[in-house]
Amino acid sequence: MLYESSPLAIAIFASFVVGVIGLSFYLGRKGQSAQAYYAAHGEVHWFVNGIAFAGDYLSAASFLGICGMIAFHGYDGFLYSIGFLAGWIVALFVIAEPIKALGRFTFADALDARFNSRGIKLAVAVSTLVVSVFYLIPQMVGAGDLIVPLLGLPHWAGVVLVGVAVTLIVVTAGMVSTTWVQFIKGSLLVFFCGVLAALILDRGLAVNAGHPGMESLEPQVRTVRPDGTVLVDGLPQSREHDLRPVGTILRLPDRYAGKTSTGPLRPLEYLGVLEDSSIVTWVPSKRVDEAGVHTTYTPVERQGVDLLKPGGYFKGLTTGKLADRLDFASLMLALFCGTASLPHILIRYYTVKDAAAARKSTVVGIAAIGAFYVLTLYLGLGAMTSGALDPTSSNMAAPLLAKSFSTTLFAIISAIAFTTVLGTVSGLIMAGSGAVAHDLVENVCGVRMTDHEKVRCGKFAAVGLGVVAMALGILFRSFNVSFLVGWAFNIAASANLPALVMLLFWPRTTKQGIIAAVTVGMAASLGWILLSADTYEKVYGWSREASVVPFSQPGLVTIPLGFFVLVAVSLLSPRSPAVPASPRRARGSR
Amino acid sequence: MASPDESAGRRLGLVLFWIYVALYAAFMGLVLFRPDLLSLRPFGGVNLAIASGMGLIAAAFGLALLSLVARPKR
Repeated sequence: MLYESSPLAIAIFASFVVGVIGLSFYLGRKGQSAQAYYAAHGEVHWFVNGIAFAGDYLSAASFLGICGMIAFHGYDGFLYSIGFLAGWIVALFVIAEPIKALGRFTFADALDARFNSRGIKLAVAVSTLVVSVFYLIPQMVGAGDLIVPLLGLPHWAGVVLVGVAVTLIVVTAGMVSTTWVQFIKGSLLVFFCGVLAALILDRGLAVNAGHPGMESLEPQVRTVRPDGTVLVDGLPQSREHDLRPVGTILRLPDRYAGKTSTGPLRPLEYLGVLEDSSIVTWVPSKRVDEAGVHTTYTPVERQGVDLLKPGGYFKGLTTGKLADRLDFASLMLALFCGTASLPHILIRYYTVKDAAAARKSTVVGIAAIGAFYVLTLYLGLGAMTSGALDPTSSNMAAPLLAKSFSTTLFAIISAIAFTTVLGTVSGLIMAGSGAVAHDLVENVCGVRMTDHEKVRCGKFAAVGLGVVAMALGILFRSFNVSFLVGWAFNIAASANLPALVMLLFWPRTTKQGIIAAVTVGMAASLGWILLSADTYEKVYGWSREASVVPFSQPGLVTIPLGFFVLVAVSLLSPRSPAVPASPRRARGSR
Repeated sequence: MASPDESAGRRLGLVLFWIYVALYAAFMGLVLFRPDLLSLRPFGGVNLAIASGMGLIAAAFGLALLSLVARPKR
């Protein structure tokens, strides 16, 4: 569908960007030490840090992706929400306290606390960079994708705009400004999702919402011709002749006989009514010939009860094929284990003053993130029945849902979608900056630096990573990159979690074991992904059947492999002498 | 060396962690092997899929809160 750019959305987004960059410059004027740049002095209040966790974690994939998946496929999008949140239990009960006690600036600090090994620092820094880059690409591509319909600018402009804004935020005041950007973004995101959910419940459910005539339920055909022009039902696409918005209720439950609308509903009542309703979803089918690529969107009547149970997106759950079930189980394991292994999340534990604050901020993060995921269920289902969905783009479900209420809300939600990218990308650039400057340059290469030089090196690294992020965002534009976040979780869980858990709970762990586990976990998960059926189909354009691995998500194999390698190598290597100084030894010596 | 209170706090955290793992595993077991059960509506309004999914999110917050409240204080 074609969209009109919203001047209000541009104004709201511009004022947010100007506001946070102004705040960053203000915070940056207060003078910086390495402790301030990398860890916000370790003095961030636990509540602010908790909301910043939400701002860091809730990426565009969470906000736009999950809403869209629920709107198009029903319950299965909610399974992602459940898996994403469950990972925070690992973070709170297993990781939070030790990581705060062991580390200083980066994840490598924590893993290396007992050993003072260059090998560990190198392996973990590389793993941090790999995970961060895999996470960065979809954020940057998503920024470009959003800016095209919403602000009317070209894709590259969106990527450059986000890249420059984030680099400025990070370079001016490092973790201090990053924390506040994430706090503001997290607050806005949860608050306005709450507003949208309240409006959805107040509106209730209505038959054929947005579609006064049943003729709107005819199939629609979108053709992309070889020269790039687009036809809709055989005629050139224009604002006057475009795809019709979709997403309707066909029949309400019997208790609403004779009515076309339920009126306001309570939260659980809304779900119950939807489950007893008939809903029209649109199924795409693709055909390619010399005239171009034709995608036909056909309306299919579905029962609410079928949309609110597993299997709408993860087809393997209903077909019963073992490989498909293993693929799903592997994904859910990676989501569970991956959160507590993401470097940009872990470094947020260094910004609070002690272990108690780390725990409290995680609980606040769980509350904010959990509330957000419950709200996304309503947003997704609200979009599914709003009569406002674009059949070609699930990512636009949340903004278009907002548009079905008012253009002001559409502008606000669109602007928040951009800020979502800013908050997450700034965290990723901070994590990468620390890995390059603190781990690689200072600790692996042994470059001795003054406090001021450490900050400057971190800023140069942030600028470099910002440029790389922009280049990748433009380069990967035409790739389907949505699954890269899943890759990042798998790689993080396979490379980092075994080493972290065994370091904490198995005294026989050696530095050789940690290096081997991180290296093998990273290489195995990456290799598995590159050989998977999903990658064959979506990246290489090859047949899925040619894939040499039995299912696409590697976690089920590569996470246990990481543990196995660590145990085997540790047992085969001599016990590593423990470094006698406290985990914070670095602070005193530099 | 961790203090007795810190050790007790960590033990409590691990107990709560394993409780959540059991809940998560049970839910995933149902999704994987008996998805038909998730269509049931034992509590009237919403089906078991929605109820258990929301329950897992609520349980995460409840256990997290419990870990703060029940933690031994010095």
